[in-house]
Amino acid sequence: MEQPAYQNPLRTGAIRPAELLPWLAAGSGFFLFPDYLQLGAQILIMVLFAMSLDMILGYAGIVSLGHAALFGTGAYTAGILSAHVGWSEPLSGLVIAGLVAGVVGFVCGAVILYTRGLTLLMLTLAVTILLQELANEQEHWTGGDDGLQGVVMEPLFGVFEFDLYGQTAYLYALAVLFVMFLAARAIVNSSFGQSLRGIRENERRMHAIGCPVYRQMLRAYTIAAVMAGVAGALLAQTTEFVALDVLSFERSGDVMIMLILGGTGRLYGAFIGAPLYMILQDQLAKLSPEYWLFGIGALLVATILYAPEGMLGLTERLRAWATREDS
Amino acid sequence: MSDALLEVRDLSKSFGALVVADAVSLSLRPGARHALIGPNGAGKTTLVNLITGTVEPSAGVILLDGHDITHWPQARRVKRGLARTFQINTLFRGLSVLENVCMAVSERRSLSARLWRRADARGDVIAEAMALLESVKLDEDAQRQVRELPYGRQRLVELAIALGLHPKVLLLDEPAAGVPSTESHVLLEAVEALSESIAVLMIEHDMDIVFRFAQRITVLVSGAILTEGTPAEVGADPRVREVYLGENAELRGGSR
Repeated sequence: MEQPAYQNPLRTGAIRPAELLPWLAAGSGFFLFPDYLQLGAQILIMVLFAMSLDMILGYAGIVSLGHAALFGTGAYTAGILSAHVGWSEPLSGLVIAGLVAGVVGFVCGAVILYTRGLTLLMLTLAVTILLQELANEQEHWTGGDDGLQGVVMEPLFGVFEFDLYGQTAYLYALAVLFVMFLAARAIVNSSFGQSLRGIRENERRMHAIGCPVYRQMLRAYTIAAVMAGVAGALLAQTTEFVALDVLSFERSGDVMIMLILGGTGRLYGAFIGAPLYMILQDQLAKLSPEYWLFGIGALLVATILYAPEGMLGLTERLRAWATREDS
Repeated sequence: MSDALLEVRDLSKSFGALVVADAVSLSLRPGARHALIGPNGAGKTTLVNLITGTVEPSAGVILLDGHDITHWPQARRVKRGLARTFQINTLFRGLSVLENVCMAVSERRSLSARLWRRADARGDVIAEAMALLESVKLDEDAQRQVRELPYGRQRLVELAIALGLHPKVLLLDEPAAGVPSTESHVLLEAVEALSESIAVLMIEHDMDIVFRFAQRITVLVSGAILTEGTPAEVGADPRVREVYLGENAELRGGSR
């Protein structure tokens, strides 16, 4: 075995060739599955949502069962902007929704991040339930149980109409995901990102080296909130509709399952888990409309038992095993 | 006004009726090499926890470099130059040895709020961490995950992290516990190589190490100071021998 390179012995942030794969897949998906672009756009949106959960769960170690609160805030902000305010320009709507979700995330985070463990988990859940009930009550603004009607989107850049096949929606979601991904990738590989890993690995030691742990966690939570809000806004804008389920416990659970299937703390877990979950859901639902959840459940059990670090963890293990056999 | 780097005055802590620190006073000047000894349960680690701020004292004052830090949060004390190691390894087990030390170095340099620049592009941080690892003979393990190292080598990471903070006052909580005697010299040499400008307080059970390291020794029993003095004085004190009878075989005289 060669001596590790002394010059740059960390090498965590260098771009590896395998990192191009998901983008190649997403790009070719546009041409290969023209009939599935609406579903494709939704998958890309869930990838973004799961990636934002990875930021707090995978990197900072904050377990949240209420991440839909931020997704839903973004979705309703973008939806209400169009349906009630008449602000239907998509890009600025997306930015505003992200900022609103960021503010909500900051305020919620400021309170709940004083707690840990089960208390934290229950508080994240409580926030989602509160927001969902609020959205349910404020029928005038949200349409309540019937969902928010009347969302219309102006053409993107004034040129590209949101078409029935979802071509614009798909490319729009892909572009936004790419930009968000670049930001997330820079952040997790920065000194700040390292500090989050430190908190996840050993919070006590982080205090002992002088890290303002609470402030770091709140920063991460706010950043993740912006990303989740943008994902929610994308869903509202590309489907031109917002239903109460954007704020549901199920959505928080789904996104967590997606992330666990893919693998946490790797950024790319979202890119594997979300498509896997959603394509499987789509196919199983066709196969058996009543029992599709059984398939998802079985896959989750198998993952937890045999690949506790998700699909990415599994491939890493296989690769390590293969190289050991070679030498 | 004293010129002590760390001064502890009448520090007390009780949990209900249980007194774990009873009016403890302690003073460390620059260059101090001070050992804190005492039987199990004497409250040595509690004292470290009180000084570093993980436990709030019931009464008393802590001064660091002239500042009253008694009610400061832990992180602020660290930024002012107070660092510690843990009796039981408290490391980032899933990260590499190098990353563990870089964590401390970048925190000291206040880089941990920087969102955009890649951590692995900070050559100065990495070079500093590598130099620290060399000083404790861990440079060859820099890339390995901490959890893959034997416990004794992990103890050296524990020390390297604290050194990466450039402390003025360093509290070592049984640094050699779990280190095979064949390797403890690496640890001691690293401690002995520390600058004369910093003060070191070491809790230790191994009397060979205590007498090799310390200029002064404080003996803590049931949360209170039994005596304080030079190794020769403490070694000759019959009360200390009594406390230690059955704990350790015997105290060696203060020959250094």
